[in-house]
Amino acid sequence: MIDPSVFIGSYPFRQVPHPEPAILARVMEREGIAHAWVGHLPSAFADNPAAGNTELYGALEPHREILSPAPTIRPDRPDWKTELDGAARAGAAAIRAFPPQWRMAAGDRALADLAIACGERELPVVLTVRFEDLRQRKAADTFGDLTGAAIRALARAGSDVRLVVCAAGRDLIEEVHWGLTPLEQSRVLWDISWIWGPPDDHLAKLFRSMGSTRFVFGSQWPLRLVQSPKANLELLPDDLATAPLGDPAAMFD
Amino acid sequence: MTVVNASPLIDAHAHFLHAGCGRSDWRDVNAARFRAGDTMGITCHVASVLGSYGFTSPTYFPSPADATSGNDAMLEICAKEGARVRMLVTVNPNHTDHALDEIDRCVAAGAIGVKLLASRRADDPLLDPICELAAAKQLPILHHIWQHRTREWPNQEISDGADLAKLARRHPTVWFILAHIGGGGDYQHTFPAVKDVPNILPDISGSGVDRGMLDDAIKALTSQRLLFGTDLTMETGLAKLRALDATGLCSPDDLEDIRWRNAVRIFGDKAFAR
Repeated sequence: MIDPSVFIGSYPFRQVPHPEPAILARVMEREGIAHAWVGHLPSAFADNPAAGNTELYGALEPHREILSPAPTIRPDRPDWKTELDGAARAGAAAIRAFPPQWRMAAGDRALADLAIACGERELPVVLTVRFEDLRQRKAADTFGDLTGAAIRALARAGSDVRLVVCAAGRDLIEEVHWGLTPLEQSRVLWDISWIWGPPDDHLAKLFRSMGSTRFVFGSQWPLRLVQSPKANLELLPDDLATAPLGDPAAMFD
Repeated sequence: MTVVNASPLIDAHAHFLHAGCGRSDWRDVNAARFRAGDTMGITCHVASVLGSYGFTSPTYFPSPADATSGNDAMLEICAKEGARVRMLVTVNPNHTDHALDEIDRCVAAGAIGVKLLASRRADDPLLDPICELAAAKQLPILHHIWQHRTREWPNQEISDGADLAKLARRHPTVWFILAHIGGGGDYQHTFPAVKDVPNILPDISGSGVDRGMLDDAIKALTSQRLLFGTDLTMETGLAKLRALDATGLCSPDDLEDIRWRNAVRIFGDKAFAR
C-alpha cells in the first residue's frame, strides 16, 4: 500500500507534532503502509521551493526504501524545467503542485505546461485540495480550496497527464469525475483521506458509482491521523470489504 | 467482523434520521450506523434526532412541531432497538414551555439527557429553565459547539467553549457534554476555556482528525473529562479510538474511562441498564 499524500516539515498555521521522516517511517511500520510519496509542507507556501526540495531529498535519504520524494515545482519560476529535471534525477515519485497557494486559477497555462512536462517524464502530479477544514482556518490563511474547475482543466491538458488528487470530499470528486470524458477520468486518482464513511457512506457510494480503483489510500500525515483512512476502509459494507484500490505507482503502465 | 471489542463502548454523540427529514435514504443511513457500530463494538448509541434536519425548519432552529416529531421518531427507534440505543431529547430554548414539556414527556418515555443545538447562544438566560429542569431530573446536556467562535455563521447561533463555560458555571450540578472537538473550529481554544469548569466533558466526535488534537485534550483536561463519540463520521471515531492508544498518554484504565466509564458516570448506572 502506497500513501501518496504525506508530508514532512512544519505547517505555517498550526503546530504539527513531530513531522519528521523518522517518525513517519515508524508510523508506517506500525500501520502497515509499505511506501509513501513525501512532500515538503513548507514548500507549499514558498515563493521558491528549490531550497525545500533540496532539504526534502536530504531528509529522506536514510529512508529511501520506503519514502520517495514528491518535490514541489512552481511553474511560474523561470527555472522550473531545470528543477523538474533535477527532481527526476533525484528519484522523485511524483511532483507536487499547489495552485491555490500560488494564486493560480483554473486554466492557468503555466500549470498545464507543468502537468504536461511531468507527464512526459512519467511523473504524476499530486494536488492537495485543502490542508485544513474551512471552519478552523486561521485568519492569516486566505487560500481557498483547490477547485473542481482547476482539476478538470489539468486532466484535460494532455494525454500524458496523470493526477493524484488528495483531500477531496465526495461533492468535489463527483463534480470533477462526471465532468470528464472516460479517457480523462482514467488520468485521475483520488485519495480517500477526506471522504466520509458511515453512516452517510460517501466512500461506499463513490466505490459503487466510480469504481474502487479510482481511489488510493491517503492519510495527509502529519496533519491528520493515519488511522482514519484505514478505519474508513474497515467500515465499508461487506460487499465492498475486498474492493481493490488503485495503484498510484502504476499510472503510466 | 468486529474490529474493536475489548469492553463496552458508548457513543455519546450519535444521530438518527427519520421519515420526516426529507431524505429517501434515511433507513439506509440508520442501518449504516448500526452496521458500523457493530463492527466498531459500540454497545450503546446515545442519540438524538434534530427535528426535520432542515426539511421543514432549520436543523439548528427546529420548530416546536419538528422537535416533537423528531423526538417521537427517536422514541420509536429506542423502543425497537432496546439496550443498544438511548435517547437525548432535542429542544429549542426559544420556545421555553414547549421545551420543558418535551423534556418531561420524553424523559417519562425513557430519554436520559437533553440535546441543545445552536438555537440560542449557550450563555443566554433562556437556557436556564432547561438547565434547572435538567438538574432536577439529573439529565446531562449535550450542547452543539463551534470550537472558538470568531464570527457569526449562517443558520446557527454558534457558541464556543467559553460560552458553554458561563452556562456550566451557573449550573454546577448539571453535566454538560461539549460537542465534537473535531467538529470544526479551533479546538486549541476550547481546552483552556473549559479546563477549570469540571462539569463540562467534551466528546471527541467530529470529522476532524488533526494530529495533536487528542494529545492536547488529554494534557489539558485528562482522560476523565473526555467522552467517546462519532456524530456524523464513524470512521473518524474509530480512528480516534485507536489514536488514543497511540498517544502514550492513556493507561488502559484511562481508555476505559473514555470508552464508557465517563459516560456511565454522568448519565448514571441506570441509564444503560437493560
